[in-house]
Amino acid sequence: MIMDMSQYLDVFLEESKEHLSSLNAQLLELEKNPSDSSGLNEIFRAAHTLKGMSSTMGLNDLADLTHHMENVLADLKSGILAVNSQVVDILFKCFDRLQIMIENIEKTNQGEFDNSDLIAILENIKAGKTEAAALAEKEVVVLSSVESVVPESKKLNTIYPFDFNEYDLSVLREASGRDFSILHLRVDVDPGCVMKAVRAYMVFKVLEEEGEVTKSLPSSQELEEGKFEGQFEVLYLTHLTKDVVMQRVNNISEVKVAEINEVNLDNLSGEAVMDAPVTIDRTTDNKEISEETPKAQAHKIKQTVRVDIERLDQLMNLVGELVMHKGRLEQIGATEKMSDLNETIEQIDRITTDLQSVVMKVRMVPIEQVFNRFPRMVRDLAKELGKEVNFLIEGKETELDRTVIDEIGEPLVHLLRNALDHGLESSKERLDRGKPLHGNVVLRARHEGNNIYIEVEDDGGGIQVHKIVNKAIEKGLLSAKDAEQMTKEEVTELLFTPGFSTATNVTDVSGRGVGLDVVKHKIESLSGEIFVDSRPGFGTRFRIKLPLTLAIIQALMVAVKDEIYAIPLSSVDETTIVANDDIKMIQNQEVITLRRSVLPLYRLARLIDLPGDLDENAEKYVVVVRKGDRQIGLVVDTLIGQQEIVIKSLGRLLVGISGIAGAIVAGDGNVRLILDITTLF
Amino acid sequence: METSIDRERGKESMNAIQVVAFQLGNEEYAVDILKVQEINRLLNITRVPRSSEFIEGVINLRGNIIPVINLHKKFHLASSGDTNEKRIIVFQFDEVKAGIIVDKVSEVLQINSLDIEDTAKVYSSADAESITGVAKVDDRLLILLDLEKLLGVEVL
Repeated sequence: MIMDMSQYLDVFLEESKEHLSSLNAQLLELEKNPSDSSGLNEIFRAAHTLKGMSSTMGLNDLADLTHHMENVLADLKSGILAVNSQVVDILFKCFDRLQIMIENIEKTNQGEFDNSDLIAILENIKAGKTEAAALAEKEVVVLSSVESVVPESKKLNTIYPFDFNEYDLSVLREASGRDFSILHLRVDVDPGCVMKAVRAYMVFKVLEEEGEVTKSLPSSQELEEGKFEGQFEVLYLTHLTKDVVMQRVNNISEVKVAEINEVNLDNLSGEAVMDAPVTIDRTTDNKEISEETPKAQAHKIKQTVRVDIERLDQLMNLVGELVMHKGRLEQIGATEKMSDLNETIEQIDRITTDLQSVVMKVRMVPIEQVFNRFPRMVRDLAKELGKEVNFLIEGKETELDRTVIDEIGEPLVHLLRNALDHGLESSKERLDRGKPLHGNVVLRARHEGNNIYIEVEDDGGGIQVHKIVNKAIEKGLLSAKDAEQMTKEEVTELLFTPGFSTATNVTDVSGRGVGLDVVKHKIESLSGEIFVDSRPGFGTRFRIKLPLTLAIIQALMVAVKDEIYAIPLSSVDETTIVANDDIKMIQNQEVITLRRSVLPLYRLARLIDLPGDLDENAEKYVVVVRKGDRQIGLVVDTLIGQQEIVIKSLGRLLVGISGIAGAIVAGDGNVRLILDITTLF
Repeated sequence: METSIDRERGKESMNAIQVVAFQLGNEEYAVDILKVQEINRLLNITRVPRSSEFIEGVINLRGNIIPVINLHKKFHLASSGDTNEKRIIVFQFDEVKAGIIVDKVSEVLQINSLDIEDTAKVYSSADAESITGVAKVDDRLLILLDLEKLLGVEVL
């Protein structure tokens, strides 16, 4: 059996990971709003699917554990058990175990694992023997009000297993006022059917020709992804009679209407009474949920394809090659001066540009993927540190190139840990300072021009400049004399020095002197930059700036002697010509004045160790580049022009050379190097 | 060019290896043929500033960027011979590809492992670690390079 299934293993692993991450997210929500039953339904559904999938795969230990989890979840759902922190903790532990098991399967193909410890606890909980129930009396009391209504809603739920909110009901009421009938359909899909999702889609299509599907179970998105087992239910508003609807649906092959009923609205409004306060509660309580609810409803059935990332990489490489040869063609066009040729080249240029942006979009993934694991991490960390934390995520739909997504997680973990551990004060300190007990940590992503900004912000004590200076002097990174002359910005830069940590207490979480320098290094390896703003007493903000894509960029080509280099246009502010007389010396450093600001001047030939004398023309070409907040003048011999370049790695042998970000293959077939402005000087 | 005796011996022994022999300065070297991906004429090499002195630069091999190592510098040998005969031998291990410049590629031949002398007897310098041994083939001495070690050294 397992042998037969092995080809589905990849899909199984991928999907189980998705389910686990959604389980984690939903459970966190549930912990915040124990009365929110829709979250519980989601968890139940995800656990159920996981169970189904793992038993199909013959992974019995996995199926067994999820089965026991499902039992407990079912009791939570029906209100027999109350949601309390102990139950939630156990469920989290189960998720962790599932994660480990799935990782094991991925690495070693081993699905066996002894889960008797967790299963025993789960069984205890189910048997009602949980001490938690006694301990967490408070929560039980809170919930009892819900419990008292549960029996009725349960009864209704068995008739119509949908979740209704006020909005849905008003739609239904209005529909029935306009002589629409409300039909509840249960549709069977032939178990032998290969593409369940397509059948579901066809049912929707037929129904929506004359009417509206207002609700479905599982959700339309899950149906579209084929995540259901043989049967689904919909609530359907239409002028048509029951029989006609039944006939139309039955006309679709491999699909059969199992049950069709007209819905009596009075039954539903009874449930709404119970549901309404919960909805109100939610909106006042949590901004994020209220924002998400309408969005979830807005989900339309879209056709999607799951593609191996390697194929996308291949596609990107091919487009890269195409762009490169387009560059070569452009060169030929420029020398040949044939109008027909040039017209064609222009067309090709337009098409490749479009193609490139499409391929780039295909590779874009919402940063949600990375962000989703943080609420759990922050929760655990806050518990460990004994701090009260409000963790807010903004802009998780922001899209980033896949390669960046894969790399950005680790530095963000560092920054969040930092914010919780060093950023936020202890509860006592906060109260002493007259701040609210709950510290705020915000993780924010947004898109701006060709860049993505990711911010980690806390409202803690801020960075204390004198502490950093003292520490740096103590560690011998700085002399007391230098320290006096440093600006605030320069001092905060010290945070990123290897071996620097200001936490007076080295905790388990952070403060071992590794961290920020690693973060900085990682961000720079992604061609990004990191900045810090801090206001003492009010908090700290780390800002990461990343390019949208790492694969194809615009660059300025420059030459020194017989070597040609590319400078990413994102680092270039402007180019200018400077007369020799305008170059001044300050403390042994050449500088120029550009619109009243003084910039240091560096000779590229010297920076890249070119032998021989410097070219001493009366005038010099200067590329003004931006490094962080600083402008620097870079003297080159010739400006060749702007060009679209496909970045290639120099390979593992030449990794980490400072000042070089990668290489390109130029139109003439030669390799040219890309200068990395952040590490060149 | 192989002698028939060589071939016979190669067949007899399970431990025969096939190598590519080439010249660096006045010395003759050899590498395991299984590690060799291809042998190219000298291509345009782009210097990589701030890299190790043994890195001659990078080349474009059908769209791939490949570092080229200068063994003359590493082994302190003078370059010799005709530029037309110089070649770049490209190797691949796992994900890493790299090339070395050689003065001339002589031939492909089989060496019996019994004919390989341990390095310690011949070399005592620091370079010894990238050398597997010295093989006697008729009256020629071939220095066998351990490319993995050689590249491992270059990583820093």
